[in-house]
Amino acid sequence: MSDTSAHGQPGESARGDDLMADLAAAGEHETGQPAAPQTRHRVVGTPPPAESRTMLADKADDRPAPRELPADPDDPVAAKRAERVVAACFILAMLAGLGFIAAYVIFQVHTVEKTFYSNLALGTTMGVAFLAMGAGATIWVRRLMPNVEVSEERHPLASTPEDRAAFAETFEEGAEASQFVKRPLVRRTLIAATVPVAIAPIVLLRDLGPLPRQSLDHTVWKKGTRVVVYGTNRPLTPADFDTPGSSLSVIPEGYADNDTALAKAATTLIKFRPGQLQAPTVMNWTVEGIVAYSKICTHLGCPAALYEQTTHHILCPCHQSTFDATRGAQVLFGPATRPLPQLPLTTNAQGFLVAQSDYHEAVGPSFWERS
Amino acid sequence: MSWITARRRHPAAGYAILLLGLLLVAAVYASVVGGGTAASAAPPTAPDQTQINSGRTVFLQSCATCHGFAAQGQTGIAPSLIGVGAAAVDFQVSTGRMPLRQNEAEAPRKPPQLTPTQTRAVAAYIASLGGGPAIPSAAEVNTSGANIGLGQKLFVTNCAQCHNFVGAGGALTYGKYAPPLTKSTPTQIYEAMLTGPEAMPVFNDSTITPDQKRAIVAYVTKTRVQTNPGGFSLGRIGPVTEGLVAFLGLLLFMVLAALWITAKHGKTSHE
Repeated sequence: MSDTSAHGQPGESARGDDLMADLAAAGEHETGQPAAPQTRHRVVGTPPPAESRTMLADKADDRPAPRELPADPDDPVAAKRAERVVAACFILAMLAGLGFIAAYVIFQVHTVEKTFYSNLALGTTMGVAFLAMGAGATIWVRRLMPNVEVSEERHPLASTPEDRAAFAETFEEGAEASQFVKRPLVRRTLIAATVPVAIAPIVLLRDLGPLPRQSLDHTVWKKGTRVVVYGTNRPLTPADFDTPGSSLSVIPEGYADNDTALAKAATTLIKFRPGQLQAPTVMNWTVEGIVAYSKICTHLGCPAALYEQTTHHILCPCHQSTFDATRGAQVLFGPATRPLPQLPLTTNAQGFLVAQSDYHEAVGPSFWERS
Repeated sequence: MSWITARRRHPAAGYAILLLGLLLVAAVYASVVGGGTAASAAPPTAPDQTQINSGRTVFLQSCATCHGFAAQGQTGIAPSLIGVGAAAVDFQVSTGRMPLRQNEAEAPRKPPQLTPTQTRAVAAYIASLGGGPAIPSAAEVNTSGANIGLGQKLFVTNCAQCHNFVGAGGALTYGKYAPPLTKSTPTQIYEAMLTGPEAMPVFNDSTITPDQKRAIVAYVTKTRVQTNPGGFSLGRIGPVTEGLVAFLGLLLFMVLAALWITAKHGKTSHE
């Protein structure tokens, strides 16, 4: 692509320079007295005079007439004030930038609390620096720069046919000179070398695993596990839990501190009056009107435990899935598609509520391996 | 008296008078408030036949229209009150939910319509009809020394799904809602757990013991006095309002910044 400027293609690339030259020279045009180039001194950070850069100086007559741009705002006093504001912003940005360096040196990080102060100081100084610089630049543009609309001419981005032909020729020459075609051993071993490097990142996908496999199919409930109140670990007899309309969060005994186990095993106990429970509730899994459902919503796994004792609805607080507790926790409403699994309950020899077995299906939301 | 009159223009005399006045006010206030505490701490008087009779009178005036003249309830209108116990009556009446203003999904909390004496009388009458949980004593709802940590665990597990983690309340279905617990007295919170008003489940004493109920009450009342980080509670419903405030605040800032950057300014010089 560097060919374009080297060959001195007329027009396009130089036109942008012309605009800058126009802007730089606008003051002179307005006064009608073009200043001599040698009397203008270069200001640091500004482009050099247009004549010294353009390679088309002899064709200057072909260029369109320079536009007239106002170099100075109408109100010099306001402009001076704006200049000071801009300068103040930039000075503030400079101080904040120095403050950032100072904060980095002063605030050391070895404890959580010290890191907190370090982050606060670093973030504040950096934020102030960027904000002040941006505000200064914006005020500069708004108050000092000429407020004119500039329309830019577009041109096709493709190279000229000559350039493209030259490139193709160069490519052919290079391929010939490298003997890439002539020496298949080199070519094939190079290709063989790149293949493993290219597929190497794919093996990193393994780190996304392991797959859940059977681990979501089962909970820690098993035959004879006592039902205990979460928080107090108190085992319950049917006589303890005898008030119709009661609802309680319970867990398997011995897992109070095992959050991984409780994430699947959390269960809700509900007590009903005789005759309220109906099919498809499994009656053999209930004890004296006490039924146990998984507390984990079958939609996305939130704790579905809002129980309305007047309607016997179990609600999930996340997406309002509604289950009918009297009818095997069937879905009445909401995005859940399966009933809450029912835990088989019975009583042991001492009269405490225990599980007959684990849940007969996987609790919680769907997953790929779910049977 | 002469030593007082001699010093009445002393520079410290004004402060001394002020101090005396403050002490006097404090003494009067303490005696009034102290008396009140003593009165409320008195155990509820054992129900006698006079109280039950006066309770029946109030019941016939204020409750019987819906609940029936023998408190047997009316199908589709009002439940039977036989066996609900004194605690249920005290909760419903002292929170102003009963007598009901109109039939609606959720009976709202409002200023109580009956006096405390009338309330106790009606409660005694309903209790006399048969069983049910009694009004908890002052000692049962005294939260000093209660295990707040345990209370939090039980509350978060069994109550927070409806009432929110700090008792700010929440919505249920068909216009029902779990009310905020911010105005509930310890006795009312205790009674609600004991009796399960409206859609709320019951937590009887054999599953959540009186001591554990006391811990829950202590947790609920403790959350009220905790300071809000940032100074505003924002309804205390967690990330929803907090996120909304942060989002809208930043959005407003960015809109204003964009307006400022792109706004037309001064005289445009097309000429």
